[in-house]
Amino acid sequence: MSLLTARDVGKRFGGVKALDGVTFAVEAGDVLGIIGPNGAGKTTLLNCISGLHRPDTGDIRWEAASISGMAPYRIARLGIGRTFQIVRPFPSMTVRENTAMGALFGRPQGRLQPGAALAVADQVLDVVGLGEKRHYPVLRLTVSDRKRLEVARALAMQPRLLLLDEVMAGLNHVEVEEALEMVRRVHQSGVTIVLIEHVMKVIVGVCRRALVLNFGRTLVEGPPAEVLKDPRVIEAYLGERYARAQQATAPPPSAPHPDAPPQGGRENPDEREEVEE
Amino acid sequence: MSSLLQVDKLTAGFGMTPILFEVDLELSPGELVALIGANGAGKSTLLGALSGLVQLFGGTVRFDGRTLTGLRPERIVASGLVHVPQGRRLFSTMTVERNLLLGAYRRRDRQVHVDLERILKYFPALGDKLDRDAGTLSGGEQQMVAIGRGLMGRPKLLMIDEPSLGLAPNIVDRVMEIVKAINQDGTAVLLVEQDVVLALEIADRAYVLENGRIVMSGPASNLRRDPAIRKAYLGV
Repeated sequence: MSLLTARDVGKRFGGVKALDGVTFAVEAGDVLGIIGPNGAGKTTLLNCISGLHRPDTGDIRWEAASISGMAPYRIARLGIGRTFQIVRPFPSMTVRENTAMGALFGRPQGRLQPGAALAVADQVLDVVGLGEKRHYPVLRLTVSDRKRLEVARALAMQPRLLLLDEVMAGLNHVEVEEALEMVRRVHQSGVTIVLIEHVMKVIVGVCRRALVLNFGRTLVEGPPAEVLKDPRVIEAYLGERYARAQQATAPPPSAPHPDAPPQGGRENPDEREEVEE
Repeated sequence: MSSLLQVDKLTAGFGMTPILFEVDLELSPGELVALIGANGAGKSTLLGALSGLVQLFGGTVRFDGRTLTGLRPERIVASGLVHVPQGRRLFSTMTVERNLLLGAYRRRDRQVHVDLERILKYFPALGDKLDRDAGTLSGGEQQMVAIGRGLMGRPKLLMIDEPSLGLAPNIVDRVMEIVKAINQDGTAVLLVEQDVVLALEIADRAYVLENGRIVMSGPASNLRRDPAIRKAYLGV
């Protein structure tokens, strides 16, 4: 059984179909990257999974049970943690106290005592590389460290599935490398990951599979190396400059991620191009 | 050539804490200059200091023959120095058109609507979305509104803070083409951009800010080849 299954998920906002029949599955141990143009429905999909939106159609299952429309806090306690694009830490608290909030309220096993929650915070802050800054007030953190804190808060809930919404946005190339290391550490600690990212280095660097959304539908799904060469993905999302750079600096064409499962790209047979707004 | 912007020994910060230390920076009319550096280096703080949003502790800012030091932000905008802030900062429940017009808030001339038409030529994607609430646009379109709003202030120098933030790769290219086109039409641009490869591709010159100090500057083509830059910012 898959860890998470989304079947035919649709979500409409007024006249705009943000999601229109999206189907995919996440296996335990997977790292799935979701990419696609701005407005393609990526964040809406994470919002449906984490319970911020109730899907209008279709179903989302966590192992065997449907979680469509369940309250976000209940979904979190089932073991689905997430980060947000716009980070909103508690400004008056330290890095460590902010992280402990996830452990206090979000864990499957129920609430922890404050001391135990702080101990969990210390653990996960080491994982994300903020251990030495745990007593900082959050306002002293740089953008990249605030993103790390966002991941730490989600990890403190001890999720089995972690949803990351653009945690690398605004980081420079070197900071992206560091953040990639962090994601790899989290994955190696046994957490399954679904991430949204516009930084292709991340998709190629950690994802086993990539799902491309366009106008709320699946455009292509498959191993990142193949997906990023797909002409439809270049046309709708990557653009010519990326395609040229990819050719110029291409690693050997048949070099997928070492962990990538031997699996072909599954394509959406229904590949309409018109938009509905 | 006389410079459009001349910053001398600028020190600035928040509360009692300086973030920028004796920054010298110069920009000629019509130039496209990139400001690069790690997160936390002080790039946005420098734009804020030039806009009058961040307190100056010392140094001078001369712009277009006048001293801006200590002027209020609206006076600075009136002098032709306009800031497109990081994260767009639109009024999301107001229409695209009203957001754009807000860029001309302090103007009393009769050219505002003429300018609106002219500026929309840079952003054909916005043409049929003027009545939509800005918050309903995609990230790329919102960035275009933010840049358009800046242009409505009739800038001589447009300072743009991380226009690529959170945008799809092809949209980043589109936004950068627009920035380049605006510059080629005569507006000087000071560009803060995390994508250093891209910034150095379109800029004439660049400054590198580290821990609040300018540590390097020169033609973008030279910096692109500089081993220290390549290692620190390009990860190669």
